Amino acid sequence: MDFTTPSGRNPIDQLIVVGRPATRVDGPLKVTGTAPYAYERHEVVANQAYGYVVGATIAKGRIARIDTAAAKAAPGVVTVITTLDYKAAEKNPLRQTAKLFGGAEVAHYHQAVALVVAQTFEEARAAAFLVKVDYETAPGKFDLAAEAPDAPPSVDPNEGEDAEVYDRVGDFDAAFAAAPVKLDETYTTPDETHAMMEPHASIAAWDGDRVTVWTSQQMVHWAKAALATTLDIPEEKVRVESPYIGGGFGSKLYLRADALLAALGAKAAGRPVKVTLQRPLIINNGTHRAATIQRIRLGATPDGRLTAIGHVNISGNLPGGMPEAGIAPTKLFYAAPNREIYLKLAALDLGEANDMRAPGEAPGLMALEMAMDEMAEKLGIDPVEFRVLNDTQADPRNPQRPFSERHLVECLRTGAEHFGWSKRSKTPGAVRDGKWLVGMGMAAGIRLNLLMPSAARIRLEPDGRLTVETDMTDIGTGAYTILAQTAAEMMGVPIGAVTVKLGDSAFPQSAGSGGQWGANTSTSGLYAACVKLREAVAARLGFNAADAEFADGKVTSGNRSIALAEAAKNGPLTGEDGITFGDLDKKYVQATFAAQFAEVGVNSFTGETRVRRMLAVVDAGRVLNPTTARSQVIGGMTMGVGAALMEALAVDTRHGCFVNHDLGGYEVPVHADIPHQEVIFLDHPDVKSSPMKAKGIGEIGLCGVAAAVANAVYNATGVRVRNYPITLEKHFTALPRTA
Amino acid sequence: MIPFTYERAKSPAEAVKAIASTPGAKFIAGGTNLLDLMKFQIETPTHLVDIRGLPLTTIEDSADGGLRIGALVTNTDLASHPRVKREYAVLSRAIVAGATGQLRNKASTGGNLLQRNRCPYFYNTDMPCNKRVPGSGCSAMGGVSRSLAVIGTSEGCIAQNPGDMAVALTVLDATVETMDAAGRTRSIPIADFHRLPGNTPEVEFALEPGELITAVTLPPPLGGSHHYHKVRDRASYAFAIVSVAAVLQKDGTGRVAFGSVAPRPWRVKAAEAALPKGPAAVVSAAFEGATPTKDNAFKIPLAERTLALVVAERRV
Ligand SMILES: Cc1cc2nc3c(=O)[nH]c(=O)nc-3n(C[C@H](O)[C@H](O)[C@H](O)COP(=O)(O)OP(=O)(O)OC[C@H]3O[C@@H](n4cnc5c(N)ncnc54)[C@H](O)[C@@H]3O)c2cc1C
Ligand code: SF4
Repeated sequence: MDFTTPSGRNPIDQLIVVGRPATRVDGPLKVTGTAPYAYERHEVVANQAYGYVVGATIAKGRIARIDTAAAKAAPGVVTVITTLDYKAAEKNPLRQTAKLFGGAEVAHYHQAVALVVAQTFEEARAAAFLVKVDYETAPGKFDLAAEAPDAPPSVDPNEGEDAEVYDRVGDFDAAFAAAPVKLDETYTTPDETHAMMEPHASIAAWDGDRVTVWTSQQMVHWAKAALATTLDIPEEKVRVESPYIGGGFGSKLYLRADALLAALGAKAAGRPVKVTLQRPLIINNGTHRAATIQRIRLGATPDGRLTAIGHVNISGNLPGGMPEAGIAPTKLFYAAPNREIYLKLAALDLGEANDMRAPGEAPGLMALEMAMDEMAEKLGIDPVEFRVLNDTQADPRNPQRPFSERHLVECLRTGAEHFGWSKRSKTPGAVRDGKWLVGMGMAAGIRLNLLMPSAARIRLEPDGRLTVETDMTDIGTGAYTILAQTAAEMMGVPIGAVTVKLGDSAFPQSAGSGGQWGANTSTSGLYAACVKLREAVAARLGFNAADAEFADGKVTSGNRSIALAEAAKNGPLTGEDGITFGDLDKKYVQATFAAQFAEVGVNSFTGETRVRRMLAVVDAGRVLNPTTARSQVIGGMTMGVGAALMEALAVDTRHGCFVNHDLGGYEVPVHADIPHQEVIFLDHPDVKSSPMKAKGIGEIGLCGVAAAVANAVYNATGVRVRNYPITLEKHFTALPRTA
Repeated sequence: MIPFTYERAKSPAEAVKAIASTPGAKFIAGGTNLLDLMKFQIETPTHLVDIRGLPLTTIEDSADGGLRIGALVTNTDLASHPRVKREYAVLSRAIVAGATGQLRNKASTGGNLLQRNRCPYFYNTDMPCNKRVPGSGCSAMGGVSRSLAVIGTSEGCIAQNPGDMAVALTVLDATVETMDAAGRTRSIPIADFHRLPGNTPEVEFALEPGELITAVTLPPPLGGSHHYHKVRDRASYAFAIVSVAAVLQKDGTGRVAFGSVAPRPWRVKAAEAALPKGPAAVVSAAFEGATPTKDNAFKIPLAERTLALVVAERRV
């Protein structure tokens, strides 16, 4: 099905199952610990051996020698493979930069240099300590602030490799110089890690020249292609299964060393091998969200209209890597006739920087939305009103390109009303509650609605049950559930009559989970397959597909009504199709929006910040399932609290690595940090997005949150901290002691 | 983790004998610290003597009106003991400010006292660390050192003692009771229990090899207002950046110890005497001669403010 024109009314619009709260169909498996995650798939293949990864202990240089004799002689060891035994892959998989294994070159700290395979995990780990690697160390660049002044401008790869570097409209310099009210500030965000619950993990088994990998990957078809490219074998020889994933946040978008080393290890060992990336290895071995230095310049008239927006975002990555596109939100968010927005990219020798939940938007909004707060204060205008004043209904670069749906103003107004925003003190540092300084803050969020082709298959079984198969993944998001809801709605059965099977590369290729495109596009692909199945059922039962109604387990037309199961009584009926998208996202800007509100208390003695309450108002098209959607948003809000207050990878610029490389050193919010969270969804189905009229929801919940918290901290204290995260040492000495 | 053998001891005497007869042996109690360290090969015992079966699990009133806490009393049981909550509240508060419910259910009183430091470089076995490999150098100096000590350090090591319970035990003037390999017992005042790094950062405690902690005793209650304030980046499940344990009296006198600022709980009696003059006087005396890094110099003004908060919250 090619989706090229706005969707008319279709069976989803009945909203009998879709759009209603439904608990996760995979919930019982998860809470009983019986969902088979990659590392625990003991039953899929016999004789699994354990691999343990040895990471490089230098950040840059060459390996002169690797001595594996002692490791090979250690108890239980099956084999040891080293990077010197292999050539680095010629080509890099899509959007990947770092070589995962092979060759003598070390490009970053904890790059995999060997895999020890043993009978047990403990034996593999013990033997890994016996692998001796001699390095020739080379100097590297590890300090973004030091490299920033010389960082060259860079294309925003999300706009295409040959896009313009500079996003310029009007005459920024002149307009900024002439602006009656100006803001020119620099904000920084730190390197962050995904900190997903389940570490990367894979089991690999060869059968002749074919390899099967049971793994934890957000994008099954990317993983399959990446494995084929890296192993230099045809794609048809690779099978990937990834049915349950314990969180990803972008860390599992791309092939990582666990899957590759499991495959190489299994080949060398002549038996299946399982590999998990040890937690203390993940942070330097895997990918991270790059730190940014962002200069924002805003010019406005005294009545609060922006006349000039300038945003330069500097980040670093391995040579050849992508920039963190912190400018992404700024391009589209606010009207201003004069604009200059671009990226700079420094070459660094830290590990690979790559996508993390709401890449670009999340760190970009941390800066932009703090700048908007500062500007509102300079203008003496309420921050909510200031954003309303500068709303735009079209792409600021191209007035001919409207937003498909944009209800940011409604988000802002609804949120302000609901949160009690009018009670916020306009004077910062004025509200006290015992030893606490109390403040309210808000920020707005935008995240693109990305469209990816997605296919699925649905089968009507003789007993009337439906089975859905697609290589879509559920990374804890609720994909299983909304796909079941979609099938149930389309075929007129209860959710319980649908079995959803995901994450197998043998199934039709889906959009996968990333960039918050999964929910909207994978359900649309299934919608297309259901249309096909409805046609097949109608034909089998002698109905005209166009006027047959599917409801209550029956197919009805006029006064003829037949049980759905009848259609399959002589054998299953299958519908298979996919969705592809035309140019509706070129003609229209498709995006999701949020207004984020937070109230915080800051300990006036110690500077510790504790969030008191939060509200998100979200405009993300049709909400397919309010329960799972809410979980996505509150998860995003939680991540935003982490970004605002505690999350930061600490760079050791001598050794070239992130020092706090475990969950003890890298703190993310715990339950005690997260107070009452409220989520309000606006209901604006987007007919230009898909037949589901839904949009992404997995990332918008994070967008703007950190700035809302930071702005609340400022409102509480009167001390503006522009370097995230706002840890106590950045402001406590300036706080009045109240108690 | 390297292969090791394991046995369960039934009495203190049996436990110390078992250790003495096996070179490289260690006690294991809750295992919440030791097992992590073994996985990283930071600790490499060849033999473990499990002491959880020892009859050291009770909290008893002592003849002088104090308390005797068996070395295997769990952190949870100690913190929730009625007399501890009522008369030694600083201890109860310090314990519940630490780790998580699950860990406190496992962690023992003796093991908690012997928990090792949380310097990030100590945990990275690929980097130099004098504590881990004597003489190899200190990676934290000139590195990431926000959480580390500002006073009591040496050229060799700037790691902080990160524990909470020991800070409270320090203001309470607790005593650690032990039994050595020959079965002899002794009492070590808490103030002497943790060693400053000096030239031997690898030596952290006043225990002899194979010496077993059997109990911790508390003198009679002090009365006063009990406080433990732990400053941290998140609300729970984080080690302290700075902590203050204090017992404050009506007349403005009291006792104060600081946590996470030094290689041991930091109590300076002369500084404490300045309490009536206010927190600034206490902190300037307590931190005289401090040698912070640029990353952690903030801990000194933070200690002052935390103490000021505690004083402001005094209940009298
Ligand atoms: C994730 C995490 C977070 C934590 N957070 C905090 C925190 O916020 N605050 C805090 O204070 N602590 C914290 N801790 C540390 C925790 O308090 C200690 O791990 C625990 O108290 C150790 O007790 P244990 O009985 O498990 O000791 P074990 O691990 O069994 O033993 C520790 C050491 O003591 C020795 N030992 C044990 N008992 C005796 C004895 N009776 N005599 C002689 N030697 C003995 C062992 O040989 C070993 O060397 C945390 C730990 C973890 C893992
Ligand atoms: S501070 Fe101490 S523990 Fe940390 S690296 Fe230096 S010697 Fe090791």
